[in-house]
Amino acid sequence: MTTSSNLVWLIALPLICSALLLLAGKRANAWGHLVATLVSASAFAIGVVELFAMLGRDVQDRPVTQKVFTWISVGDFKVDASLLLDQLSICFVLLITGVGTLIHIYSIAYMSHDRDRRRFFAYLNLFIAAMLLLVLGDSYLNLYVGWEGVGLASYLLIGFWNEKPAYATAAKKAFIANRVGDVGLSLAIMIAFATFGDVTFKGIQAQADQASSSAMTAIGLMLLLAAVGKSAQFPLQAWLGDAMAGPTPVSALIHAATMVTAGVYLITRSNFIFDAAPTAQLVVIIIGVITLLFGAVIGMAKDDIKKALAASTMSQIGYMILATGLGPIGYAFAIMHLLTHGFFKASMFLGAGSVMHGMKDEVNMRKYGGIGKYMPFTFITFGLGYLAIIGVPPFSGFYSKDKIIETAFNAGGLKGVLLGVATLFGATLTAFYMTRVVIMTFFGNERWGHKDEPHESPALMLIPISLLSIGSVASGFLLYRNHALEYWLKPIVNPAGEQHLEELVQPIVVSALAVTAVIIGVSIAIKKYRGEISSEAPVKVNLLTKAARRDLYQDDFNESVFMRPGQSVVKSLLNFDYKVLDGLVRLVGGISIGAGQSLRKFQNGYVRSYALMMVVGVLALLITVWLMSS
Amino acid sequence: MSIANYLYLSAILFTIGAVGVVVRRNAIVVFMCIELMLNAANLAFVTFARINGNLDGQVVAFFTMVVAACEVVVGLAIIVTIYRSRRSASVDDASLLKR
Repeated sequence: MTTSSNLVWLIALPLICSALLLLAGKRANAWGHLVATLVSASAFAIGVVELFAMLGRDVQDRPVTQKVFTWISVGDFKVDASLLLDQLSICFVLLITGVGTLIHIYSIAYMSHDRDRRRFFAYLNLFIAAMLLLVLGDSYLNLYVGWEGVGLASYLLIGFWNEKPAYATAAKKAFIANRVGDVGLSLAIMIAFATFGDVTFKGIQAQADQASSSAMTAIGLMLLLAAVGKSAQFPLQAWLGDAMAGPTPVSALIHAATMVTAGVYLITRSNFIFDAAPTAQLVVIIIGVITLLFGAVIGMAKDDIKKALAASTMSQIGYMILATGLGPIGYAFAIMHLLTHGFFKASMFLGAGSVMHGMKDEVNMRKYGGIGKYMPFTFITFGLGYLAIIGVPPFSGFYSKDKIIETAFNAGGLKGVLLGVATLFGATLTAFYMTRVVIMTFFGNERWGHKDEPHESPALMLIPISLLSIGSVASGFLLYRNHALEYWLKPIVNPAGEQHLEELVQPIVVSALAVTAVIIGVSIAIKKYRGEISSEAPVKVNLLTKAARRDLYQDDFNESVFMRPGQSVVKSLLNFDYKVLDGLVRLVGGISIGAGQSLRKFQNGYVRSYALMMVVGVLALLITVWLMSS
Repeated sequence: MSIANYLYLSAILFTIGAVGVVVRRNAIVVFMCIELMLNAANLAFVTFARINGNLDGQVVAFFTMVVAACEVVVGLAIIVTIYRSRRSASVDDASLLKR
C-alpha cells in the first residue's frame, strides 16, 4: 500500500483557513473570501496531483494511505486517525474540491452585499474540510467525524440568515432529521465493532465472508438509516425542501452536489456489507424507488424554483440509492450518476441563484416568465443542465441515468420489470417537472409585476456556471466512454468482476425506451404550460397536486406521529421532574425550614421565659438523676 | 424539732424565689427573688454542715454571701443604667437582643 503525506493537507488547509477566518474577525473582512477560495483551489490542486500520481501506478498500488496519529489505543483496540485515498474517494475529492472551488468563486459575487460574507466563507471551508474527511477516512469512526462535521456545516449554512425565524427553524429541522440518521450510523459502528472487533473498512472487508448474515443485515440496515437521513431519502426527506432557506451557493454545493450524496458514498463504500446482506439490499432498492417517485411528484407541484430543484435532487439521489441496491454492477453507475448530477444540478442551482440575483431574490416561478430574453447566458447554461438532467443524448444525464435504468431491467424477473418501469416512469416525471421549471422561468408571459427589467449577473458568477455546464454536457460521455468509470472503480466495488446475469434487455432498447419516456414527459409539460401562466397559484387543483404542494404530507405525518407524541412525552417527563423529583427536594428543604421556624419560637428575647426554661431544665435533670439513682 | 425542717424551709424559700423570678416583671423584685434563692441555698449549706458535723458547708455559705454581694453590685448597676436609658425597670422591655 502506497503512503503519501499530502492527504492530511487536503483536510487541514480548509480547516485552518476556516478557523483563521472565524478567529480573525472583522480584520479578515477584506481578504477572507479570497483566502478561502485560494485554499479550496489548492485542495483541488492536491486532488489533481494525487489523481495523476494514482494513474501512474498499477491497479493494485493505486490506493494511498496516510496515518496521521493514533487516535484511540486501549488494550487490543486501536483506532488510527488515518486517511485512505482510493479510486472511489478520489472521485469525491475532485468533485468536492472542484465544484467547491467554483462555488467559492461564484459566492464572492453572490454574497458581495452580505455583511457576513467572511463568516459564510469560513463555514464553506469548514464544510469542505469535513466532507473531505468523510470521504477520506479509512474507518467508520473517521468517517463518522466527517459525517457529523458536514451536518454541522450544513446546519450553520442553512441557518446562515438566522435573523429570520423561519430559516433558523429550517436549520434545526435539517439538523434533527440528520441526527436520526446519525444514530443509525453510530449503531452500525457499534454492531460492526461487536461483530468484527474492528471498524476499518479493510478489516471488516477481510472478515466479511465469515460474519453471520443477521449481523450483516443489521449493520446494512443501520447504514441505510444513516444514508436515508443524510441523503434526504424517504422517510427522512422532509428537511431538504426547507434547507433551501440557505444561500443559493449552499444549496448548490451542499444540498445538491456533495453532502446529500454522502449516503450514496456510504453504501458504495460499504459494498462488502450490502453484498452479504440481500435483505438490506432489497430495502435499499425499495427506499430508492419510493424516493425517486416521491421526489418527482413533489417537484411537479412546487412553484418555488429552489424547492422544485430540491425535490429533483431528492428524486435523482433516489436513482443513485436504487443503483447501489442493485449489487456490484450498480455501484459504479450510482457513482457515475452522482458525478454527473453534481455537475448539472450545481450548474442549475447556480443558474437559479443567478435568476434570483437578477429578480430581487424572488423565488416564486409564477412571478418569473420570459427571463430567457434578459438573461441569455443564464438561460443557455441552465438549458444545458436541463437537457442533462432529463437525459437527452448526448448530455451527461443520459449516460448515467440510462445505465441505471438498464441495470434495473437486468435485475431479473418481476423485480427487474417493476424497477425498470419505475425508473422509466421517474424519467418521464423528471422530464415533465424540469420542462415546467424551464418554461415557467425562461419562457412565456412576463409576470414579475414591477418595471425593473431583470439583469444578467456579473462575470464572476457566470464563469463558474459555464464551467459546470461544460461538465454537465461532457462528463457523462467521458465517464461512460470505454467503461472508464466502471473499470476505474472495479477494484473497489466489484472486485469479483460480476456481470449482469444475462442481458435481458438490450442496451439499445433501454436507451430508446428512456428517450421515449423523456419525450413523453417533455411534450405533456409543453402542452400544459404553453399558454398564459397565472401569476397566482391556482386554488382549485386535484388532490395529488394539493398533496404534492404539501410535500405529500410527510411533514404532517412526522408532526402527528413523532413530534406531538414526543412533545407530550417530554411534557409529562417535565411534569414528573417538576412535581415528583423537585417535590422531594423541596420537601427536605421544607422540613428543615419548618424545624427552624418552630425552634425559633424559644428564642423570644424574654428573660423570664429563659429563666422558666432553666428551671424546667434543672427540674428535668433532677428528676432524671433521682429516677436513675433509685 | 427535726433537723429536716430546715431543709424543707430552704426548699420552700428556693421555690418562692424561683417562682418570683419567673412571674414578676419588675427587675428589682426579680433581683430580690434571686437573693432569696441564694439565701435558701445558704440555709441548705449550713444545715448540711450541721448534719455532717464539719465546717465545709459554713465555709461555702460565706463564699456564697461574697458572690451574692458582688452580684448585687453588678446587677443593681445594670438595672439602674437600664432604668436611666429606657425609663422602665421591666425585664420584658429589655428584649432588644431578639431583634
